[in-house]
Amino acid sequence: MKELVIISGKGGTGKTSLVAAFASLAKKKVLCDADVDAADLHLIMKPRIRERHDFQAGHTACINRDKCIQCGLCRDLCKFEAISEHFEVDPVSCEGCGVCVYFCPEKAIDFPVKTCGEWYISDTRFGPMVHARLGIAEENSGKLVSLVRREARKIAEEKNLGLILTDGPPGVGCPVIASIGGAGAVLIVTEPTVSGKHDMQRVIQLADFFNIPALVCINKFDLNTEMSREIEDFAEEKKLTCVGHIPFDPVFIQSMVKEKTVIEYEPDGEAGQALKKIWDGLVKKLGL
Amino acid sequence: MIISIASGKGGTGKTTVATNLALSIGTGVQLLDCDVEEPNAYLFLHPKFDETLLVTASVPEVDKDKCDLCGKCDEICRFRAIVRIGDTVLTFPELCHSCGGCMAVCPRGAITEGARELGIIQKGFCNGIEFIHGKLRVGEAMSPPLIRKVRSFTRPDKWTIIDAPPGTSCPVIAAMKDTDFVVLVTEPTPFGLHDLELAVGAVRVLDIPCGLIINRSDMGDHKVRAYADEQGLPILMEIPFDKRIAVAYSRGEMIVNVMPEWKEKFSALLQNIKRLANNPGAGV
Repeated sequence: MKELVIISGKGGTGKTSLVAAFASLAKKKVLCDADVDAADLHLIMKPRIRERHDFQAGHTACINRDKCIQCGLCRDLCKFEAISEHFEVDPVSCEGCGVCVYFCPEKAIDFPVKTCGEWYISDTRFGPMVHARLGIAEENSGKLVSLVRREARKIAEEKNLGLILTDGPPGVGCPVIASIGGAGAVLIVTEPTVSGKHDMQRVIQLADFFNIPALVCINKFDLNTEMSREIEDFAEEKKLTCVGHIPFDPVFIQSMVKEKTVIEYEPDGEAGQALKKIWDGLVKKLGL
Repeated sequence: MIISIASGKGGTGKTTVATNLALSIGTGVQLLDCDVEEPNAYLFLHPKFDETLLVTASVPEVDKDKCDLCGKCDEICRFRAIVRIGDTVLTFPELCHSCGGCMAVCPRGAITEGARELGIIQKGFCNGIEFIHGKLRVGEAMSPPLIRKVRSFTRPDKWTIIDAPPGTSCPVIAAMKDTDFVVLVTEPTPFGLHDLELAVGAVRVLDIPCGLIINRSDMGDHKVRAYADEQGLPILMEIPFDKRIAVAYSRGEMIVNVMPEWKEKFSALLQNIKRLANNPGAGV
């Protein structure tokens, strides 16, 4: 079984639209949305939720007013400035480290487990999908990412599906690290802009750091062909395969508005053709 | 006054708005690029950096001679960053949240503060704008401490513009918390709307007045406008799709320089924000 994770560094380069298009093209696969912080793949996949689970992770301190003698030790110890002068815990600032709980001489601080979101196992017209929703302003996105990937893997094993297609988050931090660890390969979707190139370089470095094979493709390549060439040259220099480029095409937005993949909406358009070529390249290169 | 520029969805134009707004204000303004995972604002403003600081997180270092293997550090650590195994205490600095629990609990004073590199902060100037950004070390998972460090350079006597990271979880919260106004940049597409709703939720948790900018406003559908209407969110500006803007952006050029008529629009945006920020309740 292989897992292909689509990442980008920079946001808005087209990760989710590409994953959706590949979902139309790949044969036996599980879909996995690892962008738990701002998950969008379900907007195209229209999943029918089969299982719904709470995601519990971490704790939040909560001061019991009746027991608190306002000695101030918790305030002195808290490195996150989460306890106000009136001895109230700001749940947004609380890191869940439990240091205040441990040291409180009156045992006046409760430490309940937090429910930080939900995760789902669903059916879609393209096969099973595992996805999640991190609660607003919550932490532990890395743990939730690891969880949805683990569940996707279980389903792939149970149903004997050879591929997991994972929609990754932007950036290079915690959720991205959790998204790519142990993956078969990452496909980096970039765009020919100074930011696209810059962020791609950082995410290539990240894939290299964790020893994950990386491939590159350029979306909206015709917005700046000179920059597209620079990106291809950079990929070549790093010995990374550039699996293709996709023209700037309003069909991406049109199909999204209709809740369809680009392949469903306009299979033979320029973008559709380019996506098919990229998919064929990936199948060949990665033996999918 | 501190204005944070955020979005939920990535690639909607946060950096474009943050940099053009800063340049329109001109003097007495600082731009803090808090998208430390992928800082891009410097690619547009080209600041001359005159200072680079290394930012570290405090992590435990165990003095084996003093440690009597009591295991209290292992017991207090929630993040499995310090573990007693047999007759040794192991530390995993990359898991450490720098809560200081192990150091506080150690009865023998055997744990001292070591450092894990989070990244760097660079400071400089460009066209009268004070420019500060953080760059997360590639391989480092935790961005909020670095974001908070960038924000520690906020100067109350200036306009402070914060370029926030995408999403709705801890890094964005670290960037938006305790700012005076949030500008949410979105696009009129299903993905844009969905992530906007999440971002508005986050802004409401923090109880900050906010307004919207709709980028590529003539592509997609009308649902973002309907949502703004229904929620009473002011639309501060619309930026229609314009190939000249897209190409200028791709080259690292500023809209206000390539199309000077936009300078006035960004100045009006600032006046609009000032008015709304001074009128608590607006946009919340």
